[in-house]
Amino acid sequence: MMYRDSERHKLFNRRTAILAGGKAVLLSALVGRMYYLQVIEADRYRTLADENRINLRLLAPLRGRVVDRFGVAIADNQKNYRAILISENTRDLDYTLNMLDQIIPISPTERKRIIRDVKRFRNFVPVMVRQNLNWEEVSQIEVNAPDLPGIFIDVGQSRNYLYGRDLAHILGYVAAVSPGEAEGDPLLELPGFRIGKAGVEKVYDVALRGSSGSSQVEVNAFGRMIRELNRREGQPGAEVMLTIDLGLQRMVSKRLADESAASVVIDIQTGDVLAMASTPGFDPNAFTRGLKSSEWQALISNPKSPLTNKAVAGRYSPGSTFKMAVLLAALDKGVISPTAKIFCKGYLELGNAKFHCWKKHGHGNVDSKSAITQSCDVYFYEIAKRTGIDRIAEMAKRLGFGTKLGIDLPGERAGLVPNKRWKRGALDAPWHQGETLIAGIGQGYLLATPLQLAVMTARLVNGGVAVTPRLTRALAGVDADNGAENKSGFESLNLPKAHLDLVTEAMSDVVNSRRGTARKSKIVDPNFAMGGKTGTVQVRRISKAERDTGVVKNKDLPWKFRDHALFVGFAPVDKPTYAVAVVVEHGGGGSSVAAPIARDILTEAQLRRSARAANIVSRDDTSPPSSDKPSGEG
Amino acid sequence: MSFDILNEPDLSLGRKFLHIHWFFVLLLCLTAGIGVAMLYSAANGNLQPWASRHAIRFAVGLVVMIVVALIDIRIWLRHAYTLYAVTLVLLVLVEVSGTIGMGAQRWISLGYFNLQPSEMMKISLVLALARYFHGGSIEDIGRPTYLLTPLLMIAMPCALVLRQPDLGTTLMLVMASGAIFFVAGVRMWKFAVVMLTGLVAMPLGWQFMHEYQKQRVLTFLNPESDPLNTGYHIIQSKIALGSGGLMGKGFMQGTQGHLRFLPEMQTDFIFTMLAEEFGMIGGIGLLSLYGLILVYGVILSQRCNNQFGRLLGIGVTTTFFLYVFINIAMVMGLIPVVGVPLPLISYGGTAMLTLLIGFGLLMSVWVHRDVTIGRRGGEEV
Repeated sequence: MMYRDSERHKLFNRRTAILAGGKAVLLSALVGRMYYLQVIEADRYRTLADENRINLRLLAPLRGRVVDRFGVAIADNQKNYRAILISENTRDLDYTLNMLDQIIPISPTERKRIIRDVKRFRNFVPVMVRQNLNWEEVSQIEVNAPDLPGIFIDVGQSRNYLYGRDLAHILGYVAAVSPGEAEGDPLLELPGFRIGKAGVEKVYDVALRGSSGSSQVEVNAFGRMIRELNRREGQPGAEVMLTIDLGLQRMVSKRLADESAASVVIDIQTGDVLAMASTPGFDPNAFTRGLKSSEWQALISNPKSPLTNKAVAGRYSPGSTFKMAVLLAALDKGVISPTAKIFCKGYLELGNAKFHCWKKHGHGNVDSKSAITQSCDVYFYEIAKRTGIDRIAEMAKRLGFGTKLGIDLPGERAGLVPNKRWKRGALDAPWHQGETLIAGIGQGYLLATPLQLAVMTARLVNGGVAVTPRLTRALAGVDADNGAENKSGFESLNLPKAHLDLVTEAMSDVVNSRRGTARKSKIVDPNFAMGGKTGTVQVRRISKAERDTGVVKNKDLPWKFRDHALFVGFAPVDKPTYAVAVVVEHGGGGSSVAAPIARDILTEAQLRRSARAANIVSRDDTSPPSSDKPSGEG
Repeated sequence: MSFDILNEPDLSLGRKFLHIHWFFVLLLCLTAGIGVAMLYSAANGNLQPWASRHAIRFAVGLVVMIVVALIDIRIWLRHAYTLYAVTLVLLVLVEVSGTIGMGAQRWISLGYFNLQPSEMMKISLVLALARYFHGGSIEDIGRPTYLLTPLLMIAMPCALVLRQPDLGTTLMLVMASGAIFFVAGVRMWKFAVVMLTGLVAMPLGWQFMHEYQKQRVLTFLNPESDPLNTGYHIIQSKIALGSGGLMGKGFMQGTQGHLRFLPEMQTDFIFTMLAEEFGMIGGIGLLSLYGLILVYGVILSQRCNNQFGRLLGIGVTTTFFLYVFINIAMVMGLIPVVGVPLPLISYGGTAMLTLLIGFGLLMSVWVHRDVTIGRRGGEEV
């Protein structure tokens, strides 16, 4: 028995050794596998491990501020209080939403969106409930926090336009990135990121945007952030300093009120745009917030086109405001002397056609100066006929018409200065002399923007220098230069001083002489006196029958058939500094509607300057002026 | 009969206690200590919820192990079949209540403690087979008919466990039994025949597999095919392990485990965490420790003077080996995910108790190594 067991024992030992060997081989295989994974493939797995756990999150930079010429902020960023919901902290989503509904009403569609978002994301991902909460809502939510499990208040930054509509067309607005725009910059893919869509916000969007920062965060398998590994702050956007004088701008904007109008005020030497308004405007803050589709519909269907910056994109016949250009062209060509008189009998005949003066029974004998002062149409028909369209067009272009002036705003238009070649090319028709006559009083094919009218005025009274407008004074603290600051930067228009002086004096008489068309808008204080030129542009044809029975008064016509009212002006008369252009669409007469507006604007501009001169140290610009009602409105 | 304790059937408890192989026990403690450390790390540096309970369980299990070690080997021999039968009945009970209850139930609730008969079967089957082959001479083993009874003894519990369904345990039962067959002296060619039959039966087995088991096999064959669902475990485990590199990321510095990319890191995938934090060096260290335990298991078994003890020792050792191999091979993507814990390290009471009872039996074999037992269970004279 013992023998037999020892035989089994020996067999057992042999087999055990084999078995142990087998196990050793298998364990070695494990070591081999470990070597493969941890040594040979280690780098690959290390990368994979980091990809697993490290998420790169972009940090949106603070958008650059926009300030006026004195450094007063006009667009900045505001804390945006948002209510967010983290569903893992709610006990019952419906309960929380019902409780919240009592503080901030939640519409059924909103509720549906919230519930959909909650289901779509993991339960620790915050879901936006409501943005732009006001203080009352924030405090109510905070106070009721115990009853609102899962609701938190979160603070973000959103664009804030401090003066709303007053600078709407200059600043433009920011809005969410459209699908086609998300190119290049990964910032654009950030949810909720806003980019400039109009105005300065659009032109300087890249500079204002700044560069994104990034945050490397470690996340767990469910995407929950565990900690921040590395943070690189972004570069905030650059500050844009405009040439705008905020106080003047607000006054201009208010003065135009709800007319469909535009006005531009520029410094005649530097071309700095001190104010530029287009009405009706829009509330740019509404775009930041996000427009309801009904609001959007209302904006785009409004016949007064509130989204268009009429100051640079509106094209109008300049009307009588163009007469200075015609006069200069005629004097330049020598077809008339400054003192030569032309008799106005109320109309001028050319072939079978009659060209009427605005004054039915005529002005009698007029020379160049009184022709401007009284805006005699017949005088300009005559000198236009003598000068010819090509010479008029050439002078118009010298004064800034017919080309884009290169202002840093989107949507600027060139207007139109017709000549013979243009007509052949564009309309495939020969030029008629009658069209030259029409051009002589600034109508017909001629089209100009209010900005061009202001620039023309500046060029007339600044000594004949081709000033160009600019809207930006400095970008990120570096002075912007349009060849200005000193007027030597601008080319001369090569106009004789005598001609320019004549025009300047005539424009002064328009306002300040007893027979001037804008005499009712005279600025009483001689130090602030302005000069200018009225313009009234028909937008309809006046038939012979109507002319015979008496032209229908503007106030009796439907709005869209009324005349456009124009005025270009400058001040002060003895040492011009400011030029202004005012266009009121379908406003009526240039003298009765546009001139008073220009008077108020120029008065305000000069008052502000003398106030600054008197009190250089304590500027009043830091607080927005509250005087909506300018002085001396008639 | 040259040794004086050879025929000393009634060794005093005190002397038995001294005869326990304390170095072996130290190795077990060391391993469990590593387990406590890893569970501490898995809980981000907390003793709760795993590390402290693991330590307590091990301490309790150690007491059980010593009690088992002190019980006379002949008592184990005598009751081997009874234990097997009871376990088999429990397995049937689980099967019945599982059918009545909710799906795959693997345990019987005893209040404080969930009794898992499939786990118990790992010991009971080894005991029963050891007893069966203890009674057979070399000639007996040579007869194929002699092998039918033990094959049936294996088949019954395997069928029940497979139905639970628990592929991992079934594999372990089959392979541990195979090892006993092998060291008992079954001819090599018979193994070859069985293996061939197995290969042929494989497609047939596929038909009877559960969807999730098929899924696991498929995932094993190509884990990248389904990276978010079934393949996720293996891919994440390999990433965690591979990123540990040679030296590891340092204790508690593992990222994949702590960030929960690694699933079930406190149980089946704890080796991955260890290898991530301690690198290949740590992995080899642990494998060496396991290797040492295995070597001692073989030495202690070979030193035994009765066939029952030897077979029992090898059965226990092999079961232990299978735990180690299947678990580590699984987390490294060498075999499909079958849900086998890493012995003495993974969190979980049942496997710990099974293992320590097993090692208790191994100790009993060692303590009673010089007891000779007759083929019918009587004492050899």
